[in-house]
Amino acid sequence: MEEIVKIDNLSFCYPDGQQALTNVCLTVRQGETVALIGPNGAGKSTLLLHLNGILRSNGVVKIFGRPIDDKSLRWVRSQVGLVFQNPDDQLFSPTVFDDVAFGLINMGYSEAEVREAVTRALDWVGMAGYEPRSPHHLSVGEKKRIAIATVLSMSPEILVIDEPTSNLDPGSKWSLIGLLKRLPMTKIVASHDLELVRALCPRAIIFDHGQVIADGATSQILTNISLLAAHGLAPTRTCKDE
Amino acid sequence: MKHSFIDQYSDRDSFIHKLDPRTKFVTTLLFILVVVLTPPNRWPAFALYLIIIAILILLSTVPIRYILKRSLVIMPFVVMIAIFIPFFKEGEVAGSYNIWLWQVSVTYSGLQVLINIVIKAWLSILSLIMLTSTTKLPNLLNGLEQLRMPRVMAMILSFMYRYLFVLVDEVMRMKQARDSRNFGGKRLWQLRTIGNMIGTLFIRSYERGERVYAAMVARGFDGQSRTLDRLNFRPADAYFGVGLSLILILVSVASLLY
Repeated sequence: MEEIVKIDNLSFCYPDGQQALTNVCLTVRQGETVALIGPNGAGKSTLLLHLNGILRSNGVVKIFGRPIDDKSLRWVRSQVGLVFQNPDDQLFSPTVFDDVAFGLINMGYSEAEVREAVTRALDWVGMAGYEPRSPHHLSVGEKKRIAIATVLSMSPEILVIDEPTSNLDPGSKWSLIGLLKRLPMTKIVASHDLELVRALCPRAIIFDHGQVIADGATSQILTNISLLAAHGLAPTRTCKDE
Repeated sequence: MKHSFIDQYSDRDSFIHKLDPRTKFVTTLLFILVVVLTPPNRWPAFALYLIIIAILILLSTVPIRYILKRSLVIMPFVVMIAIFIPFFKEGEVAGSYNIWLWQVSVTYSGLQVLINIVIKAWLSILSLIMLTSTTKLPNLLNGLEQLRMPRVMAMILSFMYRYLFVLVDEVMRMKQARDSRNFGGKRLWQLRTIGNMIGTLFIRSYERGERVYAAMVARGFDGQSRTLDRLNFRPADAYFGVGLSLILILVSVASLLY
């Protein structure tokens, strides 16, 4: 299978001197669904921001073997759809239609194509008919679905999602997981919701202190309790004793 | 948390609602221009303007109470500005008062100016409320853009429309968090808390701005903003625009000659 994302020795330091990523190496193949799990502040979101060139640093991130640089940036952003954690950040337009159409219009599609793609994307996430609504008055679950539609409309090859199930009640959470399962493209999901990881992703990567700690089959990683506990993903012994 | 929209009632389905936002904006502007340029004390003209606006309100099916209530909210500002005029105008004195060292007198011509300003302001405000409560804000912005309003202004206004209530919600949550831990204290201490809350809100908004920008960049935003043209100018717009403009111009010319 083709290597769709290849990260080779990526390090990143925030302007305030905080080291967020250290020598990250990672390969994702076409069609895979990969979970990026780790505690709060592990650097998951920072890593995701590197995948479509919002943050760029020394190491080389390659998409379909093509490094992200000024020349490939536009193309990379049409290939990698990034969904942010907080839908209130992702949805910034006065109406749902404007938001779903935003990326398409920036890519220079014609009006007919934009309308068709918006309808298709909203259909896909089960939000057909929401075009004229204002994002502010939707529920969190609806906002999350529309946030996903805003990148689906651009038909990306890779869908990168940051904490898709945060703030959702179990009903909305499981229907969102069902929706994500139906999407055919390559997916990278950052989360510490292990139920989601177990249900959606065959492969899991434990990420902590800006480094890849473990990378393997989800069934093996999620049964290694001592490894999970060491990285804030399972209760520690003292909690259980009580 | 739910808030009413700025453009409450804008999703109704009347003749006025269906007009193109550009038509409504231009006629509103013309209406205000004509009202402001009408010479003082031409009462028949002002009465006609009021009748025109009243007919439009009835056509739009927006509750009259709502429009009157909103117009009252803005009146104090107008009155605050205009209230001093009667004291400065020279002419026949209507009343004179001694306030400590100063002698203050109110003149008839000054009072007339005050009344004219209040009436003109109120008519203008009524027409603006009509515009905003019969037009969805996104459509209005779209129309303004096509009337060559700078794109940056339209974006700022559309972000305002989107995030105003997100911020209001945030303030309400902060207030609840404060009140649930507030056990009284000195006034100065409470003021400091409010200061801190404002600071926090500013920093949060600033950081939100950065995240929103990242979300825009992630979808190919390059500083150049583009929109789809989805307004259509129909024959009804032409009839309404031309008709109302003619009536307004007729009234204003008549009031000049009168």
